[in-house]
Amino acid sequence: MTGDWPLWEVFIRGQHGLSHRHVGSLHAPDAAMAINNARDVYTRRKEGVSIWVVRASDIAASAPGDKGPLFDPSNSKVYRHPTFYDVPEEAGNM
Amino acid sequence: MYAQMVRSDAVRVRSLEEMDPRERAFQERIDDGQKIEPKDWMPEGYRRTLIRQISQHAHSEIVGQLPEGNWITRAPTLERKAILLAKVQDEAGHGLYLYCAAETLGISRDEMYDQLHTGRAKYSSIFNYPTLSWADIGCIGWLVDGAAIMNQVPLQRCSYGPYARAMVRICKEESFHQRQGYDILVTMCRKGNDQQRAMVQNALDRWWWPSLMMFGPPDADSVHSAQSMAWRIKQNSNDELRQKFVDETVPQAKYLGLVIPDPELAWNEERGAHDFGEPDWNEFLAVLNGNGPCNRERLGARQAAWADGAWYREGLMAHAHKRAAGVAAE
Repeated sequence: MTGDWPLWEVFIRGQHGLSHRHVGSLHAPDAAMAINNARDVYTRRKEGVSIWVVRASDIAASAPGDKGPLFDPSNSKVYRHPTFYDVPEEAGNM
Repeated sequence: MYAQMVRSDAVRVRSLEEMDPRERAFQERIDDGQKIEPKDWMPEGYRRTLIRQISQHAHSEIVGQLPEGNWITRAPTLERKAILLAKVQDEAGHGLYLYCAAETLGISRDEMYDQLHTGRAKYSSIFNYPTLSWADIGCIGWLVDGAAIMNQVPLQRCSYGPYARAMVRICKEESFHQRQGYDILVTMCRKGNDQQRAMVQNALDRWWWPSLMMFGPPDADSVHSAQSMAWRIKQNSNDELRQKFVDETVPQAKYLGLVIPDPELAWNEERGAHDFGEPDWNEFLAVLNGNGPCNRERLGARQAAWADGAWYREGLMAHAHKRAAGVAAE
């Protein structure tokens, strides 16, 4: 058996200035080995400049059933987008 | 194809009217082209079919390292050796992406390894053939990875999100595999001597039919294929992909000056495609059931690697526990 190596989620920063992005997961005994393994599994072609690993069991996630209550309220708030407003032509770029 | 003959649990594909509301909503999401994610509700058959297919696919990537690994120490130049090492490392990576995707469906890594090591899980029949010469390494890249790409490109649009995303990564890397194989053959056939050309022809004679078998037997009437297509786990029939493979491969063989070992192979003007012979499906079933030329050797190598590495896996875990306990005590 793998000796219960825990599951880690892997996040890679692709380039300077971008945020870390989830790329996949892997099993490793501890954080240091998880980073080593992530280097081999997910960055064989210079895909990154930085790696984060997080134990999968430490991630809290919203449930698919919460999609409505969480995200529907913003449907009616179109005024949060700039395109909601007409800017008079005379006012120029805004 | 790396997953051949995947069972789907289905007796027949049911219509939307026959489904209960939950299943109907699920099917409608798929028909609408939406992706299914790990925490979403899904029919048990969909889950089990995907576990079978993805784990079979992962096992194929892992076992697929063995025939090529055979030539790492004997590659003809340092550059070819570095390339082959990189390719075999990619195959390990592909196996790991896929195992992770399968784990999101609720099966553990250990369970999958156990299924492979006890012979309960299948892997592609192609990896049970031996690699007898350096030309075999060229043929594997050209034909085996070529056939794999043909199958994997549509899988990027599979309805299950984690599988589709793993396939995007894999497809990006796979094209290097096919090209390096063809490059080996171009060097041997166009710049080599008669002996080297004969070596390539011999390799093609051995790899051609097993490569066509990779797509699996004709499945036009198969209920499992129909169900997998309804669930958008599979997008094309086995014969469709096999035809595409033959049509793309024939001119590539011609450029190398090779003869494809099929007397029935001929261009059909009317269909705008090649006619070709039928692979020996008895051989295919024998190999799939464990009786190919290298089945025992492949499985033996996997079992030994797993058993011989146990002390290392356990040692690292013990070290991690000790470190964690030490940090907690401070």
